[in-house]
Amino acid sequence: MKLPLSWLRDYVDIDLPPGEFAKRVTDAIAEVEGWEVIGEHWDPELVRVAEVLAVDPHPNADRLVLATVNVGEGPRTVVCGAPNVAAGQKIAFATEGAMLVDGHTGKLSRLKLRAIRGVDSAGMVLSEKELGLSDDHEGILVLPQDCAIGAPLVEAIGDVVFDVSTWANRADLLGILGFAREVAAITGQPLREPDRSYSQSDRRADEFVSVTIEAPDLCRRFTASIIEGIELRPSPPWMQQRLMRAGMRPINNVVDVTNYVMLETGQPLHAFDYDLVRGAEIRPRRARPGETLTTLDDVERELDPDMLMICDGDGPVAVAGIMGGGNSEVSESTSTVLLEVANFHPGSIRRTSTQLRLRSEASLRFEKGIGPDLAPYAQERALHLLELVASGRPAAGLVDSFPTPLPSPRITLPAARIEQVLGIVIDSAEVRRILSALGFDVTESRDVFEVTPPFWRPDVALPDDIIEELIRVHGYEKLPTTVLRGALPEAQPRPLERVREQVRSHAAGLGFHEVISYTLTSGEVLSRVVAPDDEDRAKPVAAANPVASQHTYLRTSLRGSLLATYAANRHHEDAAMRLFEVGVEYLPTEADLPHERPVLCAVLGGQRLERWERPGPERLDFFDAKGAVEALLDDLGVEGAFTPEEEYALLAGHTAAISVGEEAVGVVAQVHPDVAASFDIEEPVFLVELWFEPLTRALPERPDYAPPSRYPEARRDLALLVPAATPASALLEVIRSHRARGVSISADVFDEYRGEGVPAGQKSLALALRFQAGDRTLGEKDVVRIEQGLLRRLEQDLGATLRA
Amino acid sequence: MSTTEAEVDSLRAEALEALARAGNEAEQEAWRANWLGRKDGRLTLRLRGLKDAAPEQRAALGKSLNQLKTTLEYELEARRESARADALAALSADAALDVSLPGRPQSLGRLHPVTQTMNDCIDAFAEMGFRVFEGPEVEWSRYNFDAVRIPDDHPARDMWDTIWIDTLIEGERQLLLRTHTSPNQIRVMEQSEPPVRVIVPGKCYRQEATDATHEWMLTQIEGLAVDEGVRMSDLKGTLYAFARRIFGGDRQIIFHHSYFPFVEPGVEMAIDCFICRADGSDCRTCQGTGWIEILGAGMVHPEIIENAGYDSSKYTGFAFGVGIERVAMLRWGIEDIRHFYQNDLRFLRQF
Repeated sequence: MKLPLSWLRDYVDIDLPPGEFAKRVTDAIAEVEGWEVIGEHWDPELVRVAEVLAVDPHPNADRLVLATVNVGEGPRTVVCGAPNVAAGQKIAFATEGAMLVDGHTGKLSRLKLRAIRGVDSAGMVLSEKELGLSDDHEGILVLPQDCAIGAPLVEAIGDVVFDVSTWANRADLLGILGFAREVAAITGQPLREPDRSYSQSDRRADEFVSVTIEAPDLCRRFTASIIEGIELRPSPPWMQQRLMRAGMRPINNVVDVTNYVMLETGQPLHAFDYDLVRGAEIRPRRARPGETLTTLDDVERELDPDMLMICDGDGPVAVAGIMGGGNSEVSESTSTVLLEVANFHPGSIRRTSTQLRLRSEASLRFEKGIGPDLAPYAQERALHLLELVASGRPAAGLVDSFPTPLPSPRITLPAARIEQVLGIVIDSAEVRRILSALGFDVTESRDVFEVTPPFWRPDVALPDDIIEELIRVHGYEKLPTTVLRGALPEAQPRPLERVREQVRSHAAGLGFHEVISYTLTSGEVLSRVVAPDDEDRAKPVAAANPVASQHTYLRTSLRGSLLATYAANRHHEDAAMRLFEVGVEYLPTEADLPHERPVLCAVLGGQRLERWERPGPERLDFFDAKGAVEALLDDLGVEGAFTPEEEYALLAGHTAAISVGEEAVGVVAQVHPDVAASFDIEEPVFLVELWFEPLTRALPERPDYAPPSRYPEARRDLALLVPAATPASALLEVIRSHRARGVSISADVFDEYRGEGVPAGQKSLALALRFQAGDRTLGEKDVVRIEQGLLRRLEQDLGATLRA
Repeated sequence: MSTTEAEVDSLRAEALEALARAGNEAEQEAWRANWLGRKDGRLTLRLRGLKDAAPEQRAALGKSLNQLKTTLEYELEARRESARADALAALSADAALDVSLPGRPQSLGRLHPVTQTMNDCIDAFAEMGFRVFEGPEVEWSRYNFDAVRIPDDHPARDMWDTIWIDTLIEGERQLLLRTHTSPNQIRVMEQSEPPVRVIVPGKCYRQEATDATHEWMLTQIEGLAVDEGVRMSDLKGTLYAFARRIFGGDRQIIFHHSYFPFVEPGVEMAIDCFICRADGSDCRTCQGTGWIEILGAGMVHPEIIENAGYDSSKYTGFAFGVGIERVAMLRWGIEDIRHFYQNDLRFLRQF
């Protein structure tokens, strides 16, 4: 909300500099987001208020005039091109050297006077644009009549306009008076309320119109007044200036008064042309099915029975609390005004404005909740102003329909509750001072406060609401910093999260960069990595209102995100890349929240970096990916089994399912080159996926432990010929299961070879064997015997023979 | 074989001359085998031949030969020692490395800056006894809004522009992408009894256009403490410790008034600007105010305490929510929030 300091000062004295004022307001009332200083560049000596004494034609130019102005030092002649300059006006007048906005370039520059068409000019009569107030350069700025001749303009109309963000439950702060009340409370200054006096004619308002509320649940109160003898015209400069400073466009004096009072009090008002109200009656009621109304913005609105309408004898004339109808609009032919000031159910206004996609200054206020007693207050203020600026003659009395006035709530606040919530004591004098300043009624007996909030604060309903009022005005800086006391809650075991975080940090340790990508993706990207017959993943959950079409679906696989990220980085990365993300797959569940399945997905590929004095394979390959998996699993204290697998989007023959014990825990593979190419990846790229739920289940409660043996192990390397189709894991499985009198045997494969020297259809696997006895040092003879037994077993089970 | 004293002298001369010529390790080893070898070293054979010498000469000769052996062993060791020293000197001089050549590249990964920041925040609160809890990202509207006192027709809904899930349940849109981690206040209290002291990290989503300070996907950490005797001053103390841990030990904090439907009183917390230290300059980080807003917080609304089945006259609580991206941006001076989820390695490598 725009908060002009000059307007605020009508109600409360403020002598703080803008920065200090903004801080005080932000600390206790609402957030000041910034402020604009009006008249920052107006030199008090050079830019002043003047009066136009006379306007005469320019001898040499049709479009120019000679204005005689008085700036307090006698008549002076200036050349002026503005069509609206007229004798009797107060205007802004600049003399040589004043800093002004150049009408053509829009930049600040110093005024240099020169003769125009042969006539010397003593100064310049200024437009809004030259003063930096707006882009309006059509005519000169006409000042309010009460500006003193010769006064510095900055004193007359200079201002600071604060931009304030207020709260969703505080309609009162959307009124400058409401704001002033808060400022008065925090600065200790008295509040001056606006003039609400007006004269009343002989006729009574209820002779003009009757009000019947047919939907009292939606319309809590409806007040109507009648003003005769309206002279519709532009409102006076001071009112226009204030409306503009507050961000509203002046329309005419009647509409401007309704807007002015709304800005002032926070209570929306609406003016009807009384002569267009049919049947001299007002009936707030629900819309009937199929009813329509063309609103003031010229849009025909389709209404439904949940919406509250203001109707006359024939039908709707306004969408209650949101916008009036064109059929009863105030116009130049209006002479009698029916002024509506009502109170509506906040939720109903919000629902209707959401449904109609129509937010207005009125609806923004009503939906926050306004006290019903603000209606007559705003009526009185508006009647005062209509009499003042539209020559109106108010009829006597208000037509006030208020079916069920609620008693003011009384809130019981024990003093002890203040300390219980805040941790400090606020003494009772301070409690009474703060609450009274905010307009609350407060009595105290035996350490209990009985508090009645003022009618403009329907948001205050509970003792703790009052505690907030107290502490924000008392000052949060008075709150000390203390430490939580009491027992700590019991720790819940979170095994999955522990595994996930361990894997995450270890993956980074293994050279993978963590990425975090958008969890919403497109159906097209998902279809590249998800099999069309994958029940869980091919029909992802969709957003109804995605931020962009490429973020429509909650991803059921992280693979697309990782591959896209890999491809994007490949544009500027030459070396090998290793990326991973820890996230969830959102798997649809019928009529319930989706299952958020936690996974790690990693991709890697590309050229190794140049290695000093060390040879190596040129590109990362499947075994780099698998090695990473093995390291991650080893870190968790388990060993994985890798078996050939075929899966959508992964290259057959280069894909392994990973299992630990009985649990399938992931996959490691080369991404199918066609799929990689669909992401613009033109090199082999490999993928790892680990699934935390089964992985966590597969972990032993405690990892296996055995003390290191006191006896040395015996080592033997040997090469075996096996059928080419025999996986190395089969060999290792046999060796691991081989029992030889208390000697444990372990083995690693360190080479695979096919080609010269190896018969066709076979391959050679080189093994490093280690023999370990728990009770003795193994001798050469022991080892030979065990090895021979093992070789016989391998020959029997797998057809393996010792390679010569 | 018998030996004379004269022969001993000439053996010495010959052996030492040969040793001087043995320049490398292999030649020194050959010299050792030739002279001192256990089987057939020339001196070994002479020593073994002592038994054939004339008995009156045997003692003197034996002494000379053993002296010669000691000398040769000593000289060999000295020769080896000097050769090693020469080799090391050559390694340092002739084979000196160009240490300015690049190191052999190691593959080094990093955690995402959001993860790093989250971990630091979690650690800061964990030290104060907060446990971690996690909740779903796709959430029931009733948890995200209604249960935290933001009914359907309340303007506070405007504070959170929502991405809704397209699925209808019982003919209604009931699911959404959580707009904040606050629904977990309810989830935690439903599942446990006081004392409650949890933090809830996680992703949140907003239906809003992105710019340098707004992202539609964001990461939050929610805090909740409910127990007998939890006071707003404890909230201030907790956040004070957090601010100092994350932003530096000399940080100051202030609270100012704010509104969130699920807390009462509600505040925003700001820290003093550690960039300009409130020097009055036109600081980009704090807009010259000297204060940087960090998070929203407050005392848990008594209705929420009651809805959890706790007695609000006995139990009080506080809650807060921190935007992790904002913390990360402040820590590292990151100018644009959109960097985080672009995942450009040139960005990610810097943290």
